[in-house]
Amino acid sequence: MFKKILIANRGEIACRVIRSAKDMGIATVAVYSDADAGALHVRMADEAVHIGPPPASESYLVMEKILAAIRDTGADAVHPGYGFLSENADFARALEAEGVAFIGPPPDAIAAMGDKIESKKLADAAGVSTVPGHMDTIADVAEAVKIAGEVGYPVMIKASAGGGGKGMRIAYSEDEVDEGFRSAQNEARSSFGDDRIFIEKYVEEPRHIEIQVLADAHGNVIHLGERECSIQRRHQKVVEEAPSPFLDAEMREAMGAQSCALAAAVGYRSAGTVEFIVDKDRNFYFLEMNTRLQVEHPVTEMITGLDLVEQMIRVANGEKLSLRQEDVKIDGWAVETRVYAEDPRRNFLPAIGRLVRYRAPVQDGINVRIDTGVGEGSEISMFYDPMIAKLATHGADRNQAITRMQDALDGYFIRGTGHNTAFLASIMAHPRFVEGRLTTNFIAEEYPDGYAPAAPEGALRDRFSAVAAYIHGRFAARARQSGANGSPELPGNVTPWQVQMGDISDAVAVTYRPDGADVAIDGRSLSFSTDWTLGNPVFAATFEDGVATFQIDRTGVAYRLTHRGVEANVRVLTPRGAALDERMPEKIPPDLSRFVLSPMPGLLVSVAVEEGMPVSAGEEIAVVEAMKMENVLRATSDGVVKTVHAGPGDSLAVDQAIVEFE
Amino acid sequence: MQDILDQLEARRVRARLGGGERRIEAQHGKGKLTARERLELLLDENSFEEFGMFVEQAPNEMTADIEPIPGDGVVTGWGLINGRKVFVFSQDFTVFGGSLSEAHAQKICNVMDMAMKNGVPVLGLNDSGGARIQEGVGSLAGYADVFQRNVNASGVIPQVSAIMGPCAGGAVYSPAMTDFIFMVQDTSYMFVTGPEVVKTVTHEDVTQEELGGASTHTTKSSVADSAFENDVEMLAQLRRFYDFLPMNNREQPPVWPTSDPFDREEPSLDTLIPSDPQKPYDIKELIGKVVDEGDFFELQENHAGNIVIGFGRMEGRTVGFVANQPMVLAGCLDIDSSKKAARFVRFCDCFNIPIVTFVDVPGFLPGTAQEYGGIIKHGAKLLFAYAEATVPKVTLITRKAYGGAYDVMSSKHIRGDINYAWPTAEIAVMGPKGAVEIIYREDKNDPEKIEARTEEYRERFANPFIAAQKGFIDDVIYPHSTRRRICRALRLLENKSLENPWKKHDNIPL
Repeated sequence: MFKKILIANRGEIACRVIRSAKDMGIATVAVYSDADAGALHVRMADEAVHIGPPPASESYLVMEKILAAIRDTGADAVHPGYGFLSENADFARALEAEGVAFIGPPPDAIAAMGDKIESKKLADAAGVSTVPGHMDTIADVAEAVKIAGEVGYPVMIKASAGGGGKGMRIAYSEDEVDEGFRSAQNEARSSFGDDRIFIEKYVEEPRHIEIQVLADAHGNVIHLGERECSIQRRHQKVVEEAPSPFLDAEMREAMGAQSCALAAAVGYRSAGTVEFIVDKDRNFYFLEMNTRLQVEHPVTEMITGLDLVEQMIRVANGEKLSLRQEDVKIDGWAVETRVYAEDPRRNFLPAIGRLVRYRAPVQDGINVRIDTGVGEGSEISMFYDPMIAKLATHGADRNQAITRMQDALDGYFIRGTGHNTAFLASIMAHPRFVEGRLTTNFIAEEYPDGYAPAAPEGALRDRFSAVAAYIHGRFAARARQSGANGSPELPGNVTPWQVQMGDISDAVAVTYRPDGADVAIDGRSLSFSTDWTLGNPVFAATFEDGVATFQIDRTGVAYRLTHRGVEANVRVLTPRGAALDERMPEKIPPDLSRFVLSPMPGLLVSVAVEEGMPVSAGEEIAVVEAMKMENVLRATSDGVVKTVHAGPGDSLAVDQAIVEFE
Repeated sequence: MQDILDQLEARRVRARLGGGERRIEAQHGKGKLTARERLELLLDENSFEEFGMFVEQAPNEMTADIEPIPGDGVVTGWGLINGRKVFVFSQDFTVFGGSLSEAHAQKICNVMDMAMKNGVPVLGLNDSGGARIQEGVGSLAGYADVFQRNVNASGVIPQVSAIMGPCAGGAVYSPAMTDFIFMVQDTSYMFVTGPEVVKTVTHEDVTQEELGGASTHTTKSSVADSAFENDVEMLAQLRRFYDFLPMNNREQPPVWPTSDPFDREEPSLDTLIPSDPQKPYDIKELIGKVVDEGDFFELQENHAGNIVIGFGRMEGRTVGFVANQPMVLAGCLDIDSSKKAARFVRFCDCFNIPIVTFVDVPGFLPGTAQEYGGIIKHGAKLLFAYAEATVPKVTLITRKAYGGAYDVMSSKHIRGDINYAWPTAEIAVMGPKGAVEIIYREDKNDPEKIEARTEEYRERFANPFIAAQKGFIDDVIYPHSTRRRICRALRLLENKSLENPWKKHDNIPL
């Protein structure tokens, strides 16, 4: 067995690999850039080698620096993780030349699968189903109609140079092909200066389902079932699960067999993933093969009980697979969500910053598993993927896995940077998700305007009210203890509070017990027990149907409660206070439409307008640099500049005013 | 007998009606509560006892035709906030616009006298159109009577002002001499002269809100310590604020139970200081992680952000926090931040509230604006305030402590009791680069040499150990243990006794 493995990666995946290596008694070497000097993977590894400045192009992607680190530490094997150098055939070859084992597939297999056209041809030859289409450019409308007929409707007419939906048409008939071909060609010509067009089968209601394969150097190939990763946003996977709610045994068998055939055809070894697109009629078509460990591998591990990293290491060490296809058993269901530093309310813009508060839910590795490379105080930097953690849960069935995921997300307390846990919780609670009616357009269709947390309703609303009143009563009782009368900390009275959420106010009477409370809300009642202590931002209580966890932020004299992807600002008042509160004028938030605001924290590069200048809609106002990207801010309507509030070189906070119109 | 009782009830009902239904409606129409409604929300239920309900201003020739209203535009008395006594006056805008007559002033003086006698704080809810002009010089005398009592009470009992409507002209000087001023957004304003007079005298066109609204006074002028959204919010916040205050200068601050362990470790503080010394970090994260339950009541948040002041609790007991904020102007001291912190330090010292100081200060802000503005005397205020303070003073240097600003920030030399430093502290006359450019002036055209010297200097002096060797630092502590160390320091200093030499009073550079 290897003596020492170098992990040519960072973050959660580096930690993940180190964990398996440790279990196997193998020493580990981490590499790190300046930005990762104190990172978890560095602290976990037995040794760590500094490989340069923060940008990946100057550190994690520089083959020479990795090779130097291997030589310096005497590592005899390298695990590349995912991303970075993991699918770089030259890197694998360079390691071969150094006599160091690459814990991954042979270079030729990487190369073969790395080329879109080549891999599709190979797949075709191996008997793998591919998307029917015509890959050569099409001369004219007549040819387009002919090809469309061969491919079968509906078809997608696509510009070779296309992207972002431009030069793309879907056609269900000859007439539509006629019209679509012309318009796509025109659009492609004007947008890209390249009017080459091709046609392929349009996959309706597409789902992304992939097969995990495992191969050794002795010609054995098995598959470990599928993962469904249809919940995506801009081709970024957000939720993954295994198995897929869409597949039956027969289809799994067919997809698995084809995947194994492809792996065998390219002389694959190690863990790999064959990605398919599946249409509503259960036709599946090969997309590509990823010749590395996938981000979402934990769901497969949770349902098969295997350690994929261990398997990869053993295969790289020349061992035979210890199990045959018939030994692979699928146990229950697993779901994974990707916890990202991003702002769902701002169209999922990446967020950066320090994890001022970070408290992960309790994990046992069996029902709840967290793969992360960060902790409280870690910095989510602009240099790398803003993923905070992968949260995976397991259950006997899909519903149980989802419920456990919801509970885990409720307890995931992150402050200091924007994050998507509430959005993930909202997906978990979405009826369409629960029913398993997924397509890769799920987020675009169900959250067309992005995500903003909903207000609680019905029974959930009662729980919010009960929790807020309970907490408020505890705080109020404690405050009375600083008084001379020394009243006991446990509130004794049941005077109803008025609990305000949005426009609705409920009378909520709390009867305290030493271990919880009985709460009456406008005649309805509920009970819970809790060992919550004053000031804890996470409130967990056992209700009649189990434990529910709420996150509490105190905002002055109000509370913001978050639970199940639902959020509410709650105020708890005395009945008299609530009556008088009715007299308070509603304050209309300042009209910000006259302002150009910085959409993110960043550096103001330039301001294109001056005070008094008339500006028309669409005109450039300012350029803000953030995450190494220059963002041009444009006027949304015509107007005259009243004030310029910031100048080039200023660092801007999110929502900071740059320019004000009259 | 019943007749007499009924008569009392009738008189009470009459008095409680203040300026009458129509004016109450007008008050509500402006989004404001009445004087009595405010007291209901401010005080514990049924705890208010009113004094002077039937006081009326004696008529003069100007007011002979005006029917007097019992109570004369201010509701006074005492009550409880979370069981702790408080004297209150609440001006009633529905009665002659809350204007101040001799009798009105006398009622305020009366509660202040009782508050002084009993060692109980005074909370004033201000909502007054100003002097009652018909009363003439009598109302001026009334203001002055209040002023004198504000001054006498200063440093003896806490005085808090809530501005919940107009407060203009001479009236502003009573709140100005109290310890804290809070304002209601949009419905309160304070100024010495109103927009009309401003217009005639200086030709400036300015609205009431711009001249003296809550946002002006919480950002530009620093007259107000905080502003709240509306009356209900203000009164709830006042209750929360009151919980921090001791009753008087002879009593210790209040204590309440907390289950937050005194030795709670915060491993993330070990990474709070960025590796790049030029990079800022948020000092409020440190405060939030040190203080009980993360509960911090910040004052003057939107003014002089380069210093953070406010109240929190350690092991349930009130503590005043002062901290340089690297996020704003690199945390330097300037005129505004010195004044802001100095007054807060003096309040804490008056009322036996221990002061915890977090230091990350690169020095004083340079420039003509600062020098012409008198940074010398204003900076001296903070130095003076810290040096004269005899309450427990616990200081922690997190990063920079350069030059004179180091001395100012509750250093050992001005009677800091326990002075800690994190290992990231740099206690020096100035930053490495500046020092090298002076010491090695001859190399100033050779950037390579300067850089090498700077590195050398940083290595040798940019650490807490030189100061620790001299005993200027009691210990260099692990950041994660900060809460435990500060709690223990405060326990140690619980019965600290230190007296300044007898004097009539000091002569702080005002």
